[in-house]
Amino acid sequence: MTSEPLVAVDGLTVAFPTAGDGAVRAVDGLSFALAPGGALGIVGESGSGKSTAAFALLGLHHGTGARVTGSVRIAGHDVQAAEDAELRRLRGPVAAMVFQDPLSSLDPYQAVGDQIAEVYRTHRRDASRRAARARAVEVLDRVGIADAARRARSRPHEFSGGMRQRALIAMALALQPRLLVADEPTTALDVTVQAQILGLLRELRDETGMGLILVTHDLGVAAGSVDELLVMKDGRAVEQGPVRTVLDAPREQYTRELLSAVPRVNVRRAPLRAPEADGAVLLESTGLRREFGRGKHALTAVDDVSLTVRAGETVGVVGESGSGKTTLGRMLVRLLEPTGGELRYLGRDIGGLKERELRGFRSELQMVFQDPVSSLNPRRSIGESIADPLRALGKLNDNQITSRVRELLERVGLDAGAYHRYPHEFSGGQRQRVGIARALAPEPKLIVCDEPVSALDVTTQAQVVALLGELQRDLGLALVFIAHDLAVVRQVSDRLVVMRGGRIVEEGPADSVYEQPRHPYTQGLLAAVPLLEPAKAPA
Amino acid sequence: MTGYFLRRALGAVVVVLVLSAVVYATFYIAPGDPARLACGPRCNPEQIRQVREQLQLNDPVYVQYWHFLQGIVAGHDYSTGTGVLHCDAPCFGLSYQNNQQVTDLIIQRLPATASLATGAMAVWLLLGTGTGLLSALRRGGATERVLTWLTLAGTATPVFISGLGLLMLFCAYLEWLPFPSYVPLTDDPEQWAWNMLLPWAALGLLESAKYARLTRSSMLETLAEDHIRTFRAYGIAERSLIGRHALRGALAPVIALSAADFGSMFGNAMLTEMMFGLPGIGQLLVTSTQTIDLPVVVAVVMVTGTAVVIANIAADVLYAVADRRVALR
Repeated sequence: MTSEPLVAVDGLTVAFPTAGDGAVRAVDGLSFALAPGGALGIVGESGSGKSTAAFALLGLHHGTGARVTGSVRIAGHDVQAAEDAELRRLRGPVAAMVFQDPLSSLDPYQAVGDQIAEVYRTHRRDASRRAARARAVEVLDRVGIADAARRARSRPHEFSGGMRQRALIAMALALQPRLLVADEPTTALDVTVQAQILGLLRELRDETGMGLILVTHDLGVAAGSVDELLVMKDGRAVEQGPVRTVLDAPREQYTRELLSAVPRVNVRRAPLRAPEADGAVLLESTGLRREFGRGKHALTAVDDVSLTVRAGETVGVVGESGSGKTTLGRMLVRLLEPTGGELRYLGRDIGGLKERELRGFRSELQMVFQDPVSSLNPRRSIGESIADPLRALGKLNDNQITSRVRELLERVGLDAGAYHRYPHEFSGGQRQRVGIARALAPEPKLIVCDEPVSALDVTTQAQVVALLGELQRDLGLALVFIAHDLAVVRQVSDRLVVMRGGRIVEEGPADSVYEQPRHPYTQGLLAAVPLLEPAKAPA
Repeated sequence: MTGYFLRRALGAVVVVLVLSAVVYATFYIAPGDPARLACGPRCNPEQIRQVREQLQLNDPVYVQYWHFLQGIVAGHDYSTGTGVLHCDAPCFGLSYQNNQQVTDLIIQRLPATASLATGAMAVWLLLGTGTGLLSALRRGGATERVLTWLTLAGTATPVFISGLGLLMLFCAYLEWLPFPSYVPLTDDPEQWAWNMLLPWAALGLLESAKYARLTRSSMLETLAEDHIRTFRAYGIAERSLIGRHALRGALAPVIALSAADFGSMFGNAMLTEMMFGLPGIGQLLVTSTQTIDLPVVVAVVMVTGTAVVIANIAADVLYAVADRRVALR
């Protein structure tokens, strides 16, 4: 083994030309090194330049118009100076990349095994078709695809999200690379699947001795998977060092802020207010059920869900994708009609009401959506968007509406003068504040928040969660907080509901469910959450 | 799958029935006396009365329509006054102009239109799609610019101008080609092709710019997809990247639109047919409309409608074959 590092990046700068004459520096003077077999985590919020830096390692900015300066050396190859042909020889056998979205990252038209075989044959010219196919089956089997010989003939859409991610790792593995660059490899996955994939990456490292560069926004994911940590902000390295040192004793202010914003699943919620006597029952569902489709294609999304929401409390709903939590949330505010069971609001059955009859209840039950970009009309000013529900109510005149909207904007921490600005002028966090203001406008008693912070960075996430808590305390709102992220839900919930396959598997006061989960599924879910401080995890 | 085809076939029948009813009603309720038209300008009232009797025009319109549908399914007997003229199923009636069976008229006209549509499709697929691919993959080249200009000019120019230009250039001035006269493929394939060359070019050119644009945007979209990036990151050369991974996805919408356009050519190519004197369906529609030959008009509309419906089903099937993620339901 040579003494040369596997990866040596020195003064890397990647600039993208902008519409004018200017350029945006996505990566700005980044330097780091990785010893053979080492594992480095590159963490940062969106726009920090972490993925752009990772792409530069394989020379993927070549021919895109981006200006790359500085030096990148991988296993002795000068990536910056390499010609196209040399770069192609490097990609795969020396450094292989695993991408974020496993659905779109595989060719939808071809069998998974054929895609792996094609990559293999591109670099092993002497390998026969049959040998390449055998290699594909071998690596698919290695990454844990059951019945690999048969599944190699499946197309990507026939795989689950976790299987597709495994297939992408298998593709990387086929060429036995010395370095694996993984760009957010688990972001699109459920927490239990994420734990399996991270475990697989650790196993493969031990087995093959390959180096790993793990790019992620999730500090918890990095904490358990790498030895070294590099924290990026605005294209620059803020702090780097051994992972425990950076996490346990951060030197830089930004790192400390980032760490304090990360919600901890193993830390109790800071009490917002004195625990009050049980509020009045606001919303109550009994045996709630929703099916989609008919006959052979029928799918029961929510099955026999009984739930009570009291005035002023927060009910957290957690579950993995397909657990029915979004369908449930939509039924609770009657955006969807239940196909079975009862839904009572203040004692009145609203489950089967027609749209006309529901009108009186619309202002009382509101919803905040996941994607603050697509849930606001891009062609209307945000003030207009917030005013819409007020206009629909028809109680206020135009002047009253305008002043109410200004008041709401200030209430959610935005400038009242932002009334006439458009959604694209705001950041993700600000847009979610607009979404909250819109939900608040008709003075609801209950707001269902469906993944309200999952599209946001941790620091923004913490601010929006704090805002929701504050509003709840001041206005006595009841919240139903739906999310896949158990840590976030813990930081807001009084009570917790765990869903799986459309049913509630466990329900109870939040702290007791988190600390003494009774159902094996809840136990598995909690065990899968990556922790920042393994030492503090309860045994 | 079987269920899909059954549903689509049923839908097609409904569409064609509605279409026929609308055309039937429009023409038969519109002012004008079909009996007088059928009889001719020199008929006396007595003769017109006889013709009205023969054509069963005294029945209520829905009964007439019912007879018309019966004729399509089971054939029809027409009394000629002296004897009986049998019209086999599918019978669309008799032409007012010459008492020929409409079904025969259409069958005679189909080959010319089919020849025209097939060749024109080849032209727009080669020229349009080729231009589109070139401009997606080699932006800014001279060839690309010339081809883009050519397809745009072809689309912007009405067929009776571009057709005339082509005729003047190749037949009159350069004398490379004979003035087109239709020779059936079954008679003489070589002469058929030589004579069809200009009509193909004129109609194909007209459609090419649309295909160039669609192919270009579709290819650029596909090249920007994540899975292309995956294979680029594994050192796959650009050529196999395009040939093996991008082309199929990029061409799926092109093929689907081609199939649909091919179907619509059976009714929409009339200008080209008139221009080059091709004895096709479009030409038949134009002449029969001019002479108010109602049975022919109704039948042609039904046939072209059926062609469009079938072509759209074919487009959906082709799309589903190209993209396995699309399920036919």
